[in-house]
Amino acid sequence: MITHIDLSSVLRRTVCELYSNLVTRPTGAAVRGEIELQLTELRDRTLTVIDFTNVGLLDFSCADEVVAKLLLRYGAVDAPGEAYFLFRGLSESHLDAIESVLERHGLAMVLQHADGGAEVFGTLTKVEREVWRAVYDRGKVSVADLPAALEGLDGNTEGVMASLRSRRLVMRFDDAYVAVGATP
Amino acid sequence: MTTVINVPPSLDEASFEQVLEQLAPLPGDEKILVDARHTRWASPYGLTALLTLAQTRGDRPGFTVPETDDTGTYWARTGFFKYAEDLFELHGSVPRTRTTGESSVLLEITPVSGSADVHDVVDRIQQKAQAILATELNIDNKVTMGFAMTLSEVCQNIVEHAGRGGWVAVQTYRWQKRLGRRVVVIAVCDAGLGFRQSLESAPGWRTSDRWDDAMALEEAVIRGVSRFRDPGRGQGLAGVRKFLGRWDGKLSVRSGTSRIAITPSWDEDVPLTERLPRFAGSQVQITIPERIVAR
Repeated sequence: MITHIDLSSVLRRTVCELYSNLVTRPTGAAVRGEIELQLTELRDRTLTVIDFTNVGLLDFSCADEVVAKLLLRYGAVDAPGEAYFLFRGLSESHLDAIESVLERHGLAMVLQHADGGAEVFGTLTKVEREVWRAVYDRGKVSVADLPAALEGLDGNTEGVMASLRSRRLVMRFDDAYVAVGATP
Repeated sequence: MTTVINVPPSLDEASFEQVLEQLAPLPGDEKILVDARHTRWASPYGLTALLTLAQTRGDRPGFTVPETDDTGTYWARTGFFKYAEDLFELHGSVPRTRTTGESSVLLEITPVSGSADVHDVVDRIQQKAQAILATELNIDNKVTMGFAMTLSEVCQNIVEHAGRGGWVAVQTYRWQKRLGRRVVVIAVCDAGLGFRQSLESAPGWRTSDRWDDAMALEEAVIRGVSRFRDPGRGQGLAGVRKFLGRWDGKLSVRSGTSRIAITPSWDEDVPLTERLPRFAGSQVQITIPERIVAR
């Protein structure tokens, strides 16, 4: 199931009708709380598009509360559900703040560009990026075809796939893998 | 008995130490009169630090306003008297000037005590900052966001750590003698806990042999340590340092009896100053210079 969350609307609804900037920790915590509430209601496996398009400023504290803590919670072994995230509408200044917090926690996420293309962003090894890209470019890769799809890539690609799955950057559907942000 | 505290003719981060030196030997409840009659100029740091000083006194201090009309009028435009009249007993002629319309005042003196105040500060700074940073300081428009982010994070330090409200002001001016360029200056001052006491309140905190204000500043400003155990904490000042590094800016933080400075190549400030006169809370100044554009 795919859901779309417009962060600017969440901010106005949960914190203040007049705000357009995602600044301060209490604001970030309130916005994340609302996102988590929506995810709890969905229960099943979900792909949530988090849309920053109408967000003005994002500061480091708010980036930590909204992005890092969301990824930490849903990437944990005791995550409350199988949730995947695709981040959209990010400006250069949003990415500056997010990059710092991802680096601090060793996290990574998938961001979607205006043309629909996606890329992984944050703390990943070279081989993790290559494996993710290989799966993304193919849209969907069956388990049986995986060795061929990753042929030529260095390192323990099986272990890397497991890592990408646990970090919620790749989804597994029955006998196939799909990169978050790809069109199967 | 009332002790007169003389404000220097030019009041900035460095000369405010002269005010604190006069104040240091006095008990907190001793009546003081802050005499700014001969003051001609004050930086945002000087003005916000004066308000902070008043907050530290047990007895409401007196304050004699600058004698020069230009100075008084300018201070009024920065919003100084709006708050000073609640904190001081004012003596002399207080100019009644509206606080808007001064192009060099990017943000009038603004109280900060909660998250809503930070939103307000960021909202107000964005539009004006965009125009002034680009046109007067030749700083890329994209930097406006980083600038507002910096302002947001330093204001949040008050909300998260001070335990009481503080003040923020932003202004541009020409730093003729030291730099020969225009600068934009952010000052954020509070009379709250200060860095050492804030870090001491961390769960499980243990002291060390060298623990003092200087070490607390090093921990917080250089190593990003926070009183919260949440590993995501302490990123605000780290982000501020990153932004300033990119734009050749300077950061200085005073707390208790020490002061730390992250100094760019154009400045000769010392990295760490200890044994200063004790002053409550923390006082932050950020300076971003005009970019020299090759012609």
